[in-house]
Amino acid sequence: MEAKDKLILGKREFSSRLLTGTGKFASNEVIAPMLEASGSEIITVALRRIDQGAGDDNILGHIPNQTTLLPNTSGARTAEEAVRIARIARQAGCGDFIKIEVITDMRYLMPDNQETLKATQILADEGFIVLPYIMPDLTLAYRLQDAGAAAVMPLGSPIGSNQGIRTRPIIELIIDGVEIPVIVDAGIGKPSQAAEAMEMGADAVLVNTAIATSEDPITAGAAFSMAVKAGRMAYKTEMGQESVEAQASSPLTGFLRG
Amino acid sequence: MSFLTIIEAFRDFDFEGHFNAVTDQDVRAALAKDRLTQKDFLALLSEQAAPHLETMASKARKLTLQHFGRTMGLYAPIYISDYCSNHCTYCGFNSTNRFNRRKLTLAEVETEARLLADTGIRHIILLTGEAPAKTPLTYLEASVTVMRKYFSSVSLEIFPMDEAEYGVLNKAGADSLTVYQETYDREVYKQVHLSGKKRDYDWRLLAPERGARAGFRSINIGALFGLGKICQEAFFSGIHARFLEHHYPNVEIGLSIPRMRKAEGAIDPRNILDDPGFVQFITAFRLFLPKVGISISTREAPEFRDKLVHLGITRLSAGCKTDVGGYAKETDTDTAQFQISDERSVDQVVAMIRQNGYQPVFKDWDRI
Repeated sequence: MEAKDKLILGKREFSSRLLTGTGKFASNEVIAPMLEASGSEIITVALRRIDQGAGDDNILGHIPNQTTLLPNTSGARTAEEAVRIARIARQAGCGDFIKIEVITDMRYLMPDNQETLKATQILADEGFIVLPYIMPDLTLAYRLQDAGAAAVMPLGSPIGSNQGIRTRPIIELIIDGVEIPVIVDAGIGKPSQAAEAMEMGADAVLVNTAIATSEDPITAGAAFSMAVKAGRMAYKTEMGQESVEAQASSPLTGFLRG
Repeated sequence: MSFLTIIEAFRDFDFEGHFNAVTDQDVRAALAKDRLTQKDFLALLSEQAAPHLETMASKARKLTLQHFGRTMGLYAPIYISDYCSNHCTYCGFNSTNRFNRRKLTLAEVETEARLLADTGIRHIILLTGEAPAKTPLTYLEASVTVMRKYFSSVSLEIFPMDEAEYGVLNKAGADSLTVYQETYDREVYKQVHLSGKKRDYDWRLLAPERGARAGFRSINIGALFGLGKICQEAFFSGIHARFLEHHYPNVEIGLSIPRMRKAEGAIDPRNILDDPGFVQFITAFRLFLPKVGISISTREAPEFRDKLVHLGITRLSAGCKTDVGGYAKETDTDTAQFQISDERSVDQVVAMIRQNGYQPVFKDWDRI
């Protein structure tokens, strides 16, 4: 299972199913060792936060070359802004990956699904590997797939809330419905919740706040890595499937068998 | 509906009676909740909450880490003019104060911007007095354009404008707006604003809403502590922030709780907010408004600011000059808007933030 079980985004293959982020760390120095400990091969960074003139403090200088950069459009309030940010990211040498975040609610940071779909349509046509961050919605997930999204990223619960997979019933429908990878993003506060997402059949998870704000982000990264692997193995082996049928006996219908 | 409706609804509210009636149980109930009501907020601002300060601080720290991470934003002000036609009794720039007033030329604005940008600062606040004849819209627009060459975020702390004027400055590159009501108490407001356009309480109160409609992505409000009754000022600041959050969900709302400092030719504070009260208010704000940014200026002393890093604040100013052309001057003058208490350089504040286990963030936004 291990050797062939790859996460495929666009045409790229990844061994790790844990995506991480660059925000909220006590120091950028922690990012490289955290990536190593967590095995994460993809890290997201807000283009608006990149300061090319900051020298040693430039966040990009802290991300190892082998790590795939996933620039995000944080701060965009419309599809148009997200598209502009994506194009600038590509011109700045950040690659073809783009995580679309269009947010018009600053309190709960809820994604604007309509604008996100518009931006996805435009950017997928331009050859970007588009990962849209969405409020879980099956119809929208189908439309994003049709528009050429490389994956969908439904939120488990509000960003930074650590509440876990509160949107589980809808995410299950999306996992069941779409062909493209489903990456659960936002709200995962504990390794057990990451494992839960993976057991459900999510293709990957993105964890930032829980790792970045922990007392020891490097160990936290390692813990999430193990949880993601464990959840994936459990899913692949189809273990622990809950059954709605009573199996030991049939108190209501047993008489039929005499 | 505007915030004026809310203010009017509290016109006859018996704050003193209400605060006296708060019980220890009310405070405990507020502390047990995730989403606080106005009544909970009042309980946390009351004297009865004082014995629970450590619990409030611990909750505030946890919420701040969760929503803002182990980071601290940095910013600094640039004063471009101290001409002012208002007579505000608490301000060093007031119109009756005689000193050599200055307005920077655009070349001087550029020099200030370059010197400040050299320290690493990327987010700034542009400040003026209220003298539209001396600093008309065209001048402000040109100044913003110059600032945008050096900074990723330009915030305005100028006199209240109408929506169209705010729109012009937003388009020129100013992304944020700061308007302090100074005091939410109409009577006190009248007493401390003796003349000038600033006497118009309503015009100022509704400026944040005009700014939100004009397109600013971030709006900062607050009261100047030292004028009105402190608990009421804190309460109105908090519910003003919540009102803006609810009515303009696409705007980031920020709060400041500036305490009056001595300034040349200005009155002394009337209602003193002491350090324990200050911490109680900051933590109460955080519990009532988990997502609101809270900034602390160099009005506060270095050793106090260092402690506040852990108590719910999200932004610190650093390496500040509060006089016009201050960054280009060799020596400080006595004509600043207020006396700075924390005179440390940007590098020193950065080192302090790191020592406290936080990442200093110079840039977290850009107009892209």
